[in-house]
Amino acid sequence: MRSIINYLKEIILGVWSLLKGMKVTGSYFFRPSTIVTQKYPSNRKDLVMFERFKGEVVMPHNEKNEHKCTGCGICELNCPNGTIEVISKTIITEDGKKKRAIDKHIYRLGMCTFCALCVKTCPSNALAFSQKFEHAVFNRAHLIKTLNKPGSQLMKGVE
Amino acid sequence: MEEKVKDITSDEQQEYVINMGPQHPSTHGVLRLVVSLKGEIVKNIEPHIGYIHRGIEKMCESITYPQIIHLTDRMDYLSAHINNEAVCLNVEKALEMDIPDRIKVIRTIMSELTRIQSHQLWWASFGMDLGGLTCFFYGLRDREKILDIFEETCGGRMLVSYNCPGGVMYDIHPNFQKRVKEFIKYFRKILPEYDQLLSGNVIFHERSKGIGKLSLEDAISYGVTGPSGRASGFSCDVRKHEPYSAYDRIIFKEILHTEGDTFSRYITRIDEMWESMNIIEQLIDNIPEGPYSVKMKPVIKLPEGEYYQRVETARGELGVYIISDGNKNPYRVKFRSPNFVNLSVFNHITKGFKIADLVAIGGSLDLVIPDIDR
Repeated sequence: MRSIINYLKEIILGVWSLLKGMKVTGSYFFRPSTIVTQKYPSNRKDLVMFERFKGEVVMPHNEKNEHKCTGCGICELNCPNGTIEVISKTIITEDGKKKRAIDKHIYRLGMCTFCALCVKTCPSNALAFSQKFEHAVFNRAHLIKTLNKPGSQLMKGVE
Repeated sequence: MEEKVKDITSDEQQEYVINMGPQHPSTHGVLRLVVSLKGEIVKNIEPHIGYIHRGIEKMCESITYPQIIHLTDRMDYLSAHINNEAVCLNVEKALEMDIPDRIKVIRTIMSELTRIQSHQLWWASFGMDLGGLTCFFYGLRDREKILDIFEETCGGRMLVSYNCPGGVMYDIHPNFQKRVKEFIKYFRKILPEYDQLLSGNVIFHERSKGIGKLSLEDAISYGVTGPSGRASGFSCDVRKHEPYSAYDRIIFKEILHTEGDTFSRYITRIDEMWESMNIIEQLIDNIPEGPYSVKMKPVIKLPEGEYYQRVETARGELGVYIISDGNKNPYRVKFRSPNFVNLSVFNHITKGFKIADLVAIGGSLDLVIPDIDR
């Protein structure tokens, strides 16, 4: 007799615990404000990432097409993966002095681990992170980027 | 011929060997388990590891100390911040630096947030392993809130790389305190829902109570740490026994349970989430003023010697052992990873249970495979 009572008790308790869980899931039906799903590709326009988000490394240029990179190579030294390669050249300034400047600042996005050491250690704050996060390309060669724009120059006053 | 037929049908010699993994959803990564079965009963498990071995310890020997940090992110990716902290604390200990209080408090808050998000993901995937898909969505939904806090302050979501020797990379974001308080207020309401969904469920009880019992003696002799060890009554919380960062100034209790089965490992982690929220609440309102980073030399060189630092990650005790010969690169780095040690007990506690219990026990140990292989 007792075993039958226990058996029935177990069934009722089991159903009760299931209903408790169903109550949680069911209650979300009536609270549409708690839905957090984003409709990603269609909300692209108003999808703003946080300002510190580490999307990819960029070299900000001003409106006169000038950047702050002196070509010192500290970013290349600090990069743990060999992502950055600074190819420098020697230029002759207006007053006839020889000076080092960057020819190409190559950044391989495919190898980057976003440790932020290059941005952090740059002595002239020439590098920054952009908020772009859609990195997919059809060809692997597109992941190798030259950060300085063609024809760009060193900003005046940056040593 | 007759003998052969007899062999196949005799009960004693019928062992069936199957491969579970490396591509199995419930091993949570590329872990291969060679399981010997007799009917449904597990006789022996032989874990084969090394599918995601990247040689992190060897790579550390050729790079500088600040560069090591981003590699430790990729060991136990769910407690990335705590791994970073371990290396930083070790470097700072070797240099005998005094770290300002602000850095200590920021690191502690971040570590506890990391612990909560790790346990949330564990809860999500553990529920899914046992057939409750709702758990997975709810767990990830709540984890997203913490990831947003990380993203705003650190710039990364999972692999934060926020620590650096001598401090943290950036100061906390102006919104940080407000967001953390919002999260705690939100999560205190949500966590009882977890209990209603899974902890009180009768099917879950049947599948977890009394399954995979680990005694206190075995936990100590195998060296099982973290929530899995504490569920067996092994008092092994490094935060309590050897406080680092700001853990010496806050009041919290070490969660201990004595049953040692799958259910008590589950309940230990749920309780730890409550306790982590208590720790954050004590610290979040009084973050001291000061610098967020101590100015370091451009090239960090540790004095010759051996250094060891242990921290409590979400899965157990992580030890970082550095031998320095005075150069900018370490001579040798060894990580004592909690998951590798916790895996060793897997065979011992699963023997004699059914194959469906193997999934439950594996889930309750909360293994992260990249931390095992490194």
